[in-house]
Amino acid sequence: MPDGSFAHPQQRQFNPYSDNGGTILAIAGADFTVIAGDTRQSEGYSIQTRYAPKVFRLTDRAVLAVNGFAADGNMFVKKVKQRLEWYRHAHAKDMPLRAIARLIQTMLYAQRFFPYYVYNILGGIEEDGTGAVYSFDPVGSYEREACRAAGAAQSLVQPFLDNQIYFKNQKAAPGTTHPAHLPLSDVLSIVIDSFTSATERHIEVGDGLEIYVVVAQGRSPQGLDAFRGAQELSTQPNGDRMFIIRRELKKD
Amino acid sequence: MDHFPTNWGRPRNDAFDPYGTYPIHQRPAVKDNFAEGVQHTQQPIVTGTSVLAIQYKDGIMMAADNLASYGSLARFKDVRRLHAVGTSTVIGASGDMSDFQAIQSILDDLVIDEFTHGDGHDLGPAEVHEYLSRVMYARRSKMNPLWNSLLVGGFRDGKRFLSYVDLLGTTYSAPSIATGYGAYIAIPLLRAAVDGKQDQLTEEAAKSILHECMRVLFYRDARSLDKYQLAIVSEAGVQISDQIQLDTTWNFAEGIRGYGAQTQ
Amino acid sequence: MFRNTYDSDNTVFSPQGRLHQVEYALEAVKQGSAAVGLRSKTHAILLALKRSFGELASYQQKMYRIDDHVGIAIAGLTSDARVLSNFMRQQAMSSRMLFNRPAPVNRLVGSIADKAQVNTQEYGRRPYGVGLLVIGQDKQGPHLYEFSPSGNSYEYYAMSIGARSQSAKTYLEKHYESFADCTLEELIKHGLHALRETLQQDKELTINNTSIGIVGPGGAHEENVTPEGNFRILEGDVIQVYLDSMIPKETAEGAAPQAPPPAPAGAGTGEEDVQMGE
Repeated sequence: MPDGSFAHPQQRQFNPYSDNGGTILAIAGADFTVIAGDTRQSEGYSIQTRYAPKVFRLTDRAVLAVNGFAADGNMFVKKVKQRLEWYRHAHAKDMPLRAIARLIQTMLYAQRFFPYYVYNILGGIEEDGTGAVYSFDPVGSYEREACRAAGAAQSLVQPFLDNQIYFKNQKAAPGTTHPAHLPLSDVLSIVIDSFTSATERHIEVGDGLEIYVVVAQGRSPQGLDAFRGAQELSTQPNGDRMFIIRRELKKD
Repeated sequence: MDHFPTNWGRPRNDAFDPYGTYPIHQRPAVKDNFAEGVQHTQQPIVTGTSVLAIQYKDGIMMAADNLASYGSLARFKDVRRLHAVGTSTVIGASGDMSDFQAIQSILDDLVIDEFTHGDGHDLGPAEVHEYLSRVMYARRSKMNPLWNSLLVGGFRDGKRFLSYVDLLGTTYSAPSIATGYGAYIAIPLLRAAVDGKQDQLTEEAAKSILHECMRVLFYRDARSLDKYQLAIVSEAGVQISDQIQLDTTWNFAEGIRGYGAQTQ
Repeated sequence: MFRNTYDSDNTVFSPQGRLHQVEYALEAVKQGSAAVGLRSKTHAILLALKRSFGELASYQQKMYRIDDHVGIAIAGLTSDARVLSNFMRQQAMSSRMLFNRPAPVNRLVGSIADKAQVNTQEYGRRPYGVGLLVIGQDKQGPHLYEFSPSGNSYEYYAMSIGARSQSAKTYLEKHYESFADCTLEELIKHGLHALRETLQQDKELTINNTSIGIVGPGGAHEENVTPEGNFRILEGDVIQVYLDSMIPKETAEGAAPQAPPPAPAGAGTGEEDVQMGE
């Protein structure tokens, strides 16, 4: 205050946050997980770039998608990767998926009163070989799920996934039940449809699509061969396998 | 010298007055510049407008005009907003010019530190951009931002580099980038001319595209100037040009009512 | 009571201009089992002899990964080595955080050498009791450095540290000119031959007591090496193929009859403990 007192709260007009748009999603299968995100980065009505990745490979079996305020997101991923490197130094192996999920919770909650403005979705393969998706809010609440969408078009995509993955509002044909898990080829089709639809209806979604597929050790990536240009990222020939599929989305 | 001990910075307690100074002296209500302690930049003061940059076949090019505005006043008309960092990097700044000059000295110190190692591991544009991102993000996280949007461009080991970083620590990279008004006015022109054609675009063509964009910006951006500099970074290193004058025509204004002196 | 008058404090020179505490620290390095490093145009490698403290104990760890592009082998106090390797890891991570750049190898070595120097000059400290061989690769290619508790660090074509390392050094000095153009397999073979020189009479190199650290592209017997040739440590069954490639000792000596005999004890071999009380 001008008179030297601090009687009144100080007003700061600098806003340290921004929203950079985009959408991410992940779906777990029985023995695989698909994690995807668009590559547009925007601020307001301006497209800053048509290629800024939001999905990052953490280990041979873990992939993290980060959405929200891009500066926080990139910093967060960088810090998670360094924590994983320290784990590697200490234990000479990669951190298991469920441990990474708990790590992310504590890292997010550590910033409870100046949060990372990011929605995280962690996908990969658990130690028991099952596909898993963990979703987080910006201050670290998390749960394991079968599928999750987040970001600008969450409200468009999540209801679609509820219907297609959880079979909400669908009645199984008489004498049959809904499958617990969908095959990889169906999941990939659902992911691509989700993003092309979100691109149509949301201005912050588009330009490019990056889809990571993690397949459990010893399981064949059946259904992937139908998708042209899947690039393998695996480092161990007989461990879990990781692939990336890139697709164009509309740029308008 | 303030002779009233209660003003010496101890917490004031009216109920307990060991120095017997009661009634407590009231300070005159003058504005004390240090009253709020360290001041943080809450708004930019002397500002530069857009910076434009594109990739072309042999490297990158960056342009910024020479104006620093004080609000709507065209205050300094010979300001350099492009700055070479080391031998293969150039940065361009819009936003607060004093913050930019602070950034320049941070980076110059850094370059000297690296040079004194004398081991050949000097910083390229990617390293400079990463470092600058850390600085900008750290300052925003302290709620004490450096109020700039910066472009970092360069050429190193046969590869172009062009990226953006701003006061929030937001970063991205693209074949054509513009800050400030340029993001609205120049980007549509630059994307049409550059994106997807970076590998074919010649130096002459790249120069003329930027020249044209600077002209459009001068026509449309009230905080711009018709004098600018062009930085070219290629295999040959960093070259920052002398001031380039934009030639503009205003005779169309004759035919517009309410624009300039009216004769009828 | 003490061997020397001027050895109780590392900040005091002896009248001969020596720092006895620092020299004792160098002796501590010689207590550790040997480590050997060598370099070609494409690779830098480390080889180390792991000790076991008996039938029931595991073998000690002699190599540490610092970052994708750097690794170290140690001789001396393992606990001191952990402090130094931890510091190097922090430096390497900091370089990646600040500049998104792998830390230049010479700067990593320089940073621990600076730390070690402080311990030779400040009152109330003790020098590190460990020597390191550091291999790494950067823009300029593969490197090999030696770090010692005295605060010195030098780059080498080939180097050995630890117990009876003089014998290995003799082998390396004889052959180093051919290392530059060696394949990875030939380089490892030279390394094993050098390391073998440090063994006691009745011992031999086995898959249990030998570690091999490599930076550089994957070799003929390697799988799953990244294209960048990240640092990796080979131990156990995978090194059998390299041990098999060695020329048996008798034949090797037969082929090189002019090979000098192992250096006499006392010339830096450091067999026995430094006797503090006499």
